[in-house]
Amino acid sequence: MTNMLKGPFAVWRRNAKVWTKLMRVSMVIQFGEPLIYLLGLGYGLGQFVPAMDGLPYLTFLASGLVMSSVMNTATFEGMYSCYTRMDPQKTHQAMLATPLRVRDVVIGEQLWAATKGCIPCIALLLVAFGLGAVSAATALLVPFVGLLAGLAFAGFCMPIVPFARSYDYFSYFYTLVIIPMFMFSGVFYPLESLPEFVSVLAQLLPLSHAVALARPLVIGEWPTDVLIHMSVLMAYAIAGGWLSIRLFKRRLMD
Amino acid sequence: MIIQTSKLQKQYGESLVVAGLDLSVKQGQCFGLLGPNGAGKTTTIRMLLGMTEPTDGSIQVLGHDVPTEAYLARQRIGVVPQLDNLDPDFTVEENLRVYASFFGITGGALEKRIDWLLDFAELQHKRSAKIGALSGGMQRRLTIARALVNDPELVVLDEPTTGLDPQVRHLIWSRLRELQREGKTLLLTTHYMEEAERLCDELAIMDNGKIVTQGSPKALTKEHIEPHVFEFAELVGEQSIQLSRLQGVRLEQSGTTWYAYTHEPEPIQHWVNEQGGVAMLQRQHNLEDVFLRLTRRDLRD
Repeated sequence: MTNMLKGPFAVWRRNAKVWTKLMRVSMVIQFGEPLIYLLGLGYGLGQFVPAMDGLPYLTFLASGLVMSSVMNTATFEGMYSCYTRMDPQKTHQAMLATPLRVRDVVIGEQLWAATKGCIPCIALLLVAFGLGAVSAATALLVPFVGLLAGLAFAGFCMPIVPFARSYDYFSYFYTLVIIPMFMFSGVFYPLESLPEFVSVLAQLLPLSHAVALARPLVIGEWPTDVLIHMSVLMAYAIAGGWLSIRLFKRRLMD
Repeated sequence: MIIQTSKLQKQYGESLVVAGLDLSVKQGQCFGLLGPNGAGKTTTIRMLLGMTEPTDGSIQVLGHDVPTEAYLARQRIGVVPQLDNLDPDFTVEENLRVYASFFGITGGALEKRIDWLLDFAELQHKRSAKIGALSGGMQRRLTIARALVNDPELVVLDEPTTGLDPQVRHLIWSRLRELQREGKTLLLTTHYMEEAERLCDELAIMDNGKIVTQGSPKALTKEHIEPHVFEFAELVGEQSIQLSRLQGVRLEQSGTTWYAYTHEPEPIQHWVNEQGGVAMLQRQHNLEDVFLRLTRRDLRD
């Protein structure tokens, strides 16, 4: 392992260690949530919508939810949990009294949020496999897309954390940005069915690109425009990480 | 020099919190920073650790330029922050283990170190306890133990015993003296003159972001305060005027208490006998007198 990743990895390991302690409780949620979505929407709505874009609705939905579950988890971890460690719990301050630097803390948090985002993604794939909605071998690549998407979602939300003075602050971002992105990024129905300006807006945000990569893989096809989608996700990951380092520095080193 | 600063400044908006500080701390010294709240002690410490960027001036710690190379210096520093920031998700032992991982310390050496630290902090019996289940004194001891996980050459303590009961405070003092005997350099801030007098061989009194005076506790007391002090809880009528007119007496008031300082105790003793029944305490000068005199007696937040 190179020296540059040693610090971020120490931060990552600390968060992972906390998660393993609470794993048993959180596993119920990790598997329960996708099951409810898939059964509730997929089976329920699937009765009336026999096919979507040429796919059984359950499969269509599962291939979108794998990425929106990454978004929800990585965003929650990158905003609420990261804020908890920054402000009320002062974990970041404790870290900065050691050889760790702000960049180690931020990159470690981003890596961890992305990692955590992959957990419901994998859980959802397993549940969808169990329901017979997913069977292609290429679906095994989806968690790797999830990791990249997780880095992008974390990079997308973490820059606002240093501005927060309380948890309420995040409700605005969640309601005004994350939920619209959830609705209009092709998770529940194809992007093309939206008015053009909405789909253009959606393509400026990371989730539509994550779905564009994951959906074909789930059904055993190779995605198109791979480079474009990956570049957008990478741009969010890198620009967001860079911006977060600057902003966290201002808050933590005040 | 372990720590050396030159013209160190920190400005927040309009206010100059640290106003040109020249500080030198020698190897093996226990150096105390004293000062009222808001004097700039914590900001100074945070700048020395590279945890806050200075507005101006230069800092060298353990041979490294701060803040540029602060992370290298911190590899050899132990930090006890003013407020405990132990990890509530972990047990006592896990706190030490995780903190050690931030220094890249793992393996067999760490197991030995953790055992030693738990003995040092007298927390062996709480090894598997969650942080929330510890008393304030135990949390403080763990925070100090945690700061020693990397066997640091320099230990920086920001008000290490504030809010603790006397037993815990004495335990911490004896532990800090142990560290001193091992040859470690200590830098601490405190409000407690007793703590400064017992532990520090060099003191700097700070006020309004500047060092007002510096020296050993004995030298400071001798330099600034007359050896004999008489405290009067209450003086009535002309008494304070009479007292201040006595030969060689310097009279000051703090709150409702009057303090008479002098080189020659006899005239005051004589005056007290004449008055008959004035409540009075005679004692030797101490560091608190210096502190109150130099930082004036007005109340701060």
